[in-house]
Amino acid sequence: MITDKTPLVQVRHLVQTFNAGKKDEVRALQDVSFDIYKGETLGLVGESGSGKTTTGRALIRLYQPTSGEVLFAGQDIAKLKNGSAQMLAFRRQTQMIFQDPYASLNPRMKVKDIIAEGLDIHHLVHSPQERDARVAELLAEVGLNEDHASRYPHEFSGGQRQRIGIARALAVEPQFIIADEPISALDVSIQAQVVNLLKDIQDKKGLTYLFIAHDLSMVKYISDRIAVMHNGRLVELASAAEVYHHPLHPYTKSLLSAIPEPDPDSERQRVPIAYDARQAEGGQRQLVEVLPAHYVYATAAEVAAYRQSN
Amino acid sequence: MAASKHIAPDAFKLAHVAATEKEYIAAPALTFSQDAMRRLKQNKAAVISFWLLVIIFAAALLSLVITPHDPNAQNLNYTYLPPKWGDLNIPFFNGHENGIDMYARNQVPKGTYFLLGTDYLGRDLLSRILVGTRISLFIAVIATLFDLVVGVGYGIISGWNGGWIDTLMQRVIEIISSVPNLVVVILMLLVFKPGLKSIIVAIAVTSWITMARLIRAQTLKLKDQEFVLAAKTLGESSFQIALKHLVPNLSSTIIIQTMFTIPTAIFFEAFLSYIGIGLPAPTASLGTLLNDGQKALQTQPYLLIYPAIVIVVLMLAFNLLADGLRDAFDPRSAH
Ligand SMILES: Nc1ncnc2c1ncn2[C@@H]1O[C@H](COP(=O)(O)OP(=O)(O)OP(=O)(O)O)[C@@H](O)[C@H]1O
Ligand SMILES: [Mg+2]
Repeated sequence: MITDKTPLVQVRHLVQTFNAGKKDEVRALQDVSFDIYKGETLGLVGESGSGKTTTGRALIRLYQPTSGEVLFAGQDIAKLKNGSAQMLAFRRQTQMIFQDPYASLNPRMKVKDIIAEGLDIHHLVHSPQERDARVAELLAEVGLNEDHASRYPHEFSGGQRQRIGIARALAVEPQFIIADEPISALDVSIQAQVVNLLKDIQDKKGLTYLFIAHDLSMVKYISDRIAVMHNGRLVELASAAEVYHHPLHPYTKSLLSAIPEPDPDSERQRVPIAYDARQAEGGQRQLVEVLPAHYVYATAAEVAAYRQSN
Repeated sequence: MAASKHIAPDAFKLAHVAATEKEYIAAPALTFSQDAMRRLKQNKAAVISFWLLVIIFAAALLSLVITPHDPNAQNLNYTYLPPKWGDLNIPFFNGHENGIDMYARNQVPKGTYFLLGTDYLGRDLLSRILVGTRISLFIAVIATLFDLVVGVGYGIISGWNGGWIDTLMQRVIEIISSVPNLVVVILMLLVFKPGLKSIIVAIAVTSWITMARLIRAQTLKLKDQEFVLAAKTLGESSFQIALKHLVPNLSSTIIIQTMFTIPTAIFFEAFLSYIGIGLPAPTASLGTLLNDGQKALQTQPYLLIYPAIVIVVLMLAFNLLADGLRDAFDPRSAH
């Protein structure tokens, strides 16, 4: 699916610390670096509290990074000033789809106004007729129909709401969409519907995705590459197939060993691998390209061992 | 289980539902406030309270144009006339006191009636109650204004900005609220003459505190909601977010809290006037009327009873309506 390998987003030594210097300091991201290529889907997985949401929100400048760079199309967005013209331009290029379909739509606004919010901010339509027409177009794009426009969010199901959220993001014609666990709150049959919709839209518009999830199996289905995160660090980054079939880092192995299989025989023999962070994180470790396009968080000695075993 | 064996599989047909059909919503589109109004209308006490308030305030407003008698005109021939409703001979409303027709004894011309009687200066009580209620209405408007402008604005700014701005603003609130507003009024007396001005200043200083606190707490909750984050990622300015996303979601808190502030302010004014540091002598207010009435409690109890009824009805109606609004706007408490 990757057509060219020009990076759209480059994250360099991103550090995000909350409540710095206080008793409740949280070091949510500790030196995270990775690229997202144009047109690809990068899956970001990790357990709860590993810093996935923080990463997504730092990339879209909902958080001001503590240090490090986030380059979007070559421009460091960590340095943009709120309210500046460049910031407004960036706001059109990157959009987010949220986890909770019940909290991500303003209950006091009509669907029409929710979707058209971006149109209004960026002056993309010039008359009420044009606005309505564009909203109808966007609704159709996500599989809803025109007469949903005048209704309020509480009348919709979770899957429908998530699609309204997608339409709102698409309204400003972004290049890059961060989807923060967009399907975790939906039931399984609706999950596939939303994921397929995201895939279709990507194919049609050539979008780039950062797809955040804690469920490796769904991420494998949608992602070209997968980044595995733990304790605010990337521990492994490689193509989806590599991560799935040849995981190197113990944490990734442990994650994979926890996926249940729809086969009673192999399921009976499945042994979850315990993971001890003290033996695989911290110290002199760095994210190293162990194999071509396969990065692992490791010491020099571990890198040599990984290369040996392959 | 056994019965199912008799149903042949070909008795079932696969139903095809068009995709658009599946997404169809049949219920009429109700806005949140329409829904709330519908719930409010089911609450009888709230509806009755609402209409009582409308009637009381309509009468008070009408008194601007017309009153049965001049509320401040003194006539020493007419002092302490009991209520008299025309020539209808209703007990307590027939102008008799201890069996004597007071209207005849005071040589009141035929056709002159005082529906609720007169006070010690011969002023018509009904007219004075109407004027007093108008003062209460005015106080209500003032308190609402401060609640909406200062309270809501202060709360949103404090909660939205967070950090040191929030800390500073909250300390200011704590300092203000630690001074009892009775003390504020008494201090005002050093600067102003007792009257509406000092009451308004006292209300300006203290009445919006609760509103500001509630709004701040709600704003803190709202600002991390995903729909607010979504507005930010779309590039919406803070001011627009406050206007489009915060205020509509705060509206129920705002309405309910206003309905609780108003009776407090009305009662505050009545209380000040009652103890004599509110409105000065000739002006009628529910508080001064109660004060006057209390002096003649043993001989002319109606002078106390009627203003008391008005203030009790006002307090009750506001509180019942506020309760009803809270239930209507917060469906969780309604079920
Ligand atoms: N605004 C904040 N202030 C303080 N700490 C925060 C804040 N946001 C996140 N954190 C902390 O940062 C860490 C990473 O949180 P984050 O939300 O990024 O995790 P996550 O991987 O998205 O988890 P989940 O799968 O539960 O969504 C957590 O320990 C969290 O408590
Ligand atoms: Mg998260």
